[in-house]
Amino acid sequence: MPGTIVDDLEIIDAGHGGGTTPPAGGDDDSGSSGPLRPVPRRAYFTALQLGLAAIVMFFMALASSYIVRKGLGMDWQSTPLPPVLWFNTAILLASSVTIMVARKKLVGGEREAFRSWWWVTTGLGLLFLAGQIIAWRQLAAAGMLLATNPSSSFFYLLTAAHGAHLAGGILALFYVMFRPWKRSRISQATAAELTSIYWHFMDGLWIFLFALLTLGR
Amino acid sequence: MVTHENGGGHGQHQPPSGFIRKYVFSVDHKVIGIQYLTLALFSVFVGMALSLLMRLHLAWPNTHWFFFKGGLMTPEQYLALVTMHGTIMIFMVLTTAPQSGYGNYFLPIQIGAADMAFPVINMLSFWTTFVSLMVMVAAFFVAGGAPLGGWTSYPPLSALGEITGPGQGAGETLWIVGLAIFCAASLMGALNFITTLIDLRAKGMTLGRLPLTCWTWLVTAILGLLAFGVLLAACILLLLDRIAGTSFFIPGGLVITDQVITWHKGGSPLLWQHLFWFFGHPEVYIAILPGMGVTSHLLSTFARKPVFGYRAMVGAVCAIGFLGFCVWGHHMFVSGMSPYSAFAFSILTMTIGVPSAIKTFNWLGTLWGGKIEFNCAMLFALGFVSLFVSGGLSGLFLAQPSLDLYLHDTYFVIAHFHLIMGVAAIFGMFAGAYFWFPKMFGKFLNEGIGKVHFWLTFAGVYCIFMPMHFLGLAGHPRRYFDASAVTFLQKLQPVHVFMTIAAIVTIAAQLLFLYNIIWSLIAGKEAKEENPWHATTLEWSIPSPPPHDNFGGVEPVVYHGPYEFSVPGAADDFIPQHLAPNLVRKA
Amino acid sequence: MLSRRLERGSTSVALAFAVFLVIMTVVTVYIFWAKVWWFPAAINDIGHEIDAQFMRTLLITGIVFVAAQLGLAYVIFKYRDQGQKAASFEGNNTMEIVWTLATIVLFVGLGLYARNAWAQVHFTDAAPGALQIEVTGQQFVWNFRYAGPDGKFGREKPELVSASTGNPVGLDPTDPASKDDVVSPVIAVPAGREVELVIRSQDVTHSFFVRELRLKQDAVPGMEIHMHFTANDPGDYEIVCAQLCGLGHYRMHSVLSVMSEADFQKWMRDQEAANQ
Repeated sequence: MPGTIVDDLEIIDAGHGGGTTPPAGGDDDSGSSGPLRPVPRRAYFTALQLGLAAIVMFFMALASSYIVRKGLGMDWQSTPLPPVLWFNTAILLASSVTIMVARKKLVGGEREAFRSWWWVTTGLGLLFLAGQIIAWRQLAAAGMLLATNPSSSFFYLLTAAHGAHLAGGILALFYVMFRPWKRSRISQATAAELTSIYWHFMDGLWIFLFALLTLGR
Repeated sequence: MVTHENGGGHGQHQPPSGFIRKYVFSVDHKVIGIQYLTLALFSVFVGMALSLLMRLHLAWPNTHWFFFKGGLMTPEQYLALVTMHGTIMIFMVLTTAPQSGYGNYFLPIQIGAADMAFPVINMLSFWTTFVSLMVMVAAFFVAGGAPLGGWTSYPPLSALGEITGPGQGAGETLWIVGLAIFCAASLMGALNFITTLIDLRAKGMTLGRLPLTCWTWLVTAILGLLAFGVLLAACILLLLDRIAGTSFFIPGGLVITDQVITWHKGGSPLLWQHLFWFFGHPEVYIAILPGMGVTSHLLSTFARKPVFGYRAMVGAVCAIGFLGFCVWGHHMFVSGMSPYSAFAFSILTMTIGVPSAIKTFNWLGTLWGGKIEFNCAMLFALGFVSLFVSGGLSGLFLAQPSLDLYLHDTYFVIAHFHLIMGVAAIFGMFAGAYFWFPKMFGKFLNEGIGKVHFWLTFAGVYCIFMPMHFLGLAGHPRRYFDASAVTFLQKLQPVHVFMTIAAIVTIAAQLLFLYNIIWSLIAGKEAKEENPWHATTLEWSIPSPPPHDNFGGVEPVVYHGPYEFSVPGAADDFIPQHLAPNLVRKA
Repeated sequence: MLSRRLERGSTSVALAFAVFLVIMTVVTVYIFWAKVWWFPAAINDIGHEIDAQFMRTLLITGIVFVAAQLGLAYVIFKYRDQGQKAASFEGNNTMEIVWTLATIVLFVGLGLYARNAWAQVHFTDAAPGALQIEVTGQQFVWNFRYAGPDGKFGREKPELVSASTGNPVGLDPTDPASKDDVVSPVIAVPAGREVELVIRSQDVTHSFFVRELRLKQDAVPGMEIHMHFTANDPGDYEIVCAQLCGLGHYRMHSVLSVMSEADFQKWMRDQEAANQ
């Protein structure tokens, strides 16, 4: 580290490029001409990744509790999973495809097609949640309630926690659609990209949880 | 002009008008920082008042006090105080003030940003914390009163409801809900801190030029981001056990006062302990790391010397952060956990002493050869070093499972964590208060009152917490309402009396601090200069108090490292980070 | 432009700080040295082993404590502001490496050294002939059960637990093995014979703690945790609860009586007679 003035002069050159680089002229800073830089577009991606890290920790805590509790379990009886879950899984996977298509259309400037595909994704997301509720009702009808057995407790808990996070994703889907983006700090395309990353993540998270619930029964 | 995401239409850099937007639901990181500090200041006095009640009772258990119904404290009141003192101090003071309070105010300024990356989330984070505090405090006012399970809230005591004791009903539920809300608030805060630090640094503010305060805020935020999600999960599981009849933590066949609990079976009390301490151990570093940062910063500034071993300091902070996630089992040596994993946790815990020792060596190295100026800020920073050493060394005993067999859950543990996580962290906050007050409010805190405050506090905390080690050595278990039932505790009564007298003096000294704040805000000496301490970091390059967007719409450029003091060849003994090289006056 | 806010009285503050640290260090060391408040003498071999490890740790931490506090006092006084110019060095990699390695060796070495006592407590099981005693914690008493002449613990049922009718652990009278079981609110053990405790809890987590044995073990509901010891010195020793268990935590108290083998046999016969 610099100790003398002479040292400093060498460091300064490095310094200019070493902090944050000026914004790359992304779609977020249209109209910014002030000397103070606005929040760069990539800050949103950083924040999203950090948020996902926190979500991972939350679900890992639940998943390890699941494994530990099952390992202890004299009283563990595996809960038969309703077959509708397979259908739900297919729906969610499909929604990941449609959101990818929607983003491609948006990048390609096909706004109408983007809107359609985006709506399809939203619809699939809602369908998935409806399917999860059907699964709950089937289980409940079969007499497996939240407190019946640790495995059913975890089933309801994990699906509810995932469902709540996915519902957040659905809100984001609506938000991307309805927000007046002209007045915003980021563009609709950026918001759509962020939402789709989150959506894919929720998709992957469900696959993990479903695998845990199926294989770790 | 760029507009705010949700924060109020056009004019990001125009101060908002109207009292509500400016001071209540403000999105300005400086206002939010002060809000957090105010919340912590309120909480710390509440927490101290609770501890004073406990201490009065412990010293003079048979004296009648007008503030207890019937004159004497009851066990349920005592345990409610134990729980709420711990909870309020740890979450509302030690987690909020050093990180969310000072960090919010100074992290953006020190890295040359106009605000946090997400000001609205920042505001939400504060108000969520506020709601959390209200929910927790509400536990005092419901039937049965505040919970009596301690801040660790081990099930089944915390999971079975009122049958295990008063306060375990509605009070405990409110406590868990409050904690869950606090988790959400902390996650939002952590996310904002890290993003801001990664993406909003000014030109030239390389990682190698970050002030050590920023490094510690960064690592603390990472710890919070990864730990609070786990606590949230644990809170949800505990809440379900209480209200939905699940059995995550509650085993079968329990009998409470001859009543068989038939509706729970198979759960594991140890599972809660693992989840809780996986969060709980990083939490103690969340409390202490920012204090380390402030101390390093101030020792350098007031010894007029560069920080000794900047890279080693950064490395030590990162190592503490990383190892902090690997040592939670040392809270569970006598819990019935596998003795083999206990031994592994023990060795990892001994390892975490290494970066702590490195920091201490480097602090002494920073002072060595310096020109030490003794203002109140520096006194508290020096006090931090002394307390950190005193409190840290007892950790070496507790980290060994064979010694923990005796010391676990005795006053020795209380002495350890109060010195290092409570008092040392508070000293870091006091140091920050005396140092930054002129920047935040344009007035100095009174140095004369401050010196009295320092000496009473420094002597006071040693007199309270050093004797606790000896209570622990004598085998005094924690969380004991009184000593009447146990013979060997009775001869320890004089120690309790001594500690209580010390506590009364120390708490009285804190009123002096409160008085100092109020008096200085009204009639304190004006801080006319931007940089009265001749410090180097960016907050000292702007007016006191800073304008709404910190740097007047101009982004600062950073040319120097954070601690360029007494640089050979320079006329002044400090070179501010933003000073262009051609403006540095040569000797 | 650079008018320093000169701190007058720098010497007196530095001196005060240094003197304070010295006094604090001396007083602390004295109280440890004089053992004014100390643990009671250990009554088992593991206890002596643990005490030895404690003293080793105390010696090392004591040296570090004194060196650090006095070192701090020294630099504070030596380098107080007297108008001198501060040095400008920024670190020393050799020193960093040396003290990093030194503390690793010291701390981790100490941790490894502590393994022995821990291993004796927890890595081995009790010898086959050890006297088995079941320890049950409940709000807010300890109960100790001996197997009786048949050497077998009888069945217990939670629904039979009734402290008021004298069946605090819920012995099942239909099980012949439970007929001669002895349940006592205090624990007696023969000196010099190994004892194996089976620690359990009926309701919430408690912790069985006997200072003179240097042993503490949480009693966790749903778990049976084994612990073994051999007490050498006859006498009465207090048992307390060390894990917060509710309102009566502070009065959850019992006594461990270490007796000669003959006294123990007599005590056992008396208990069995009272049981009939």
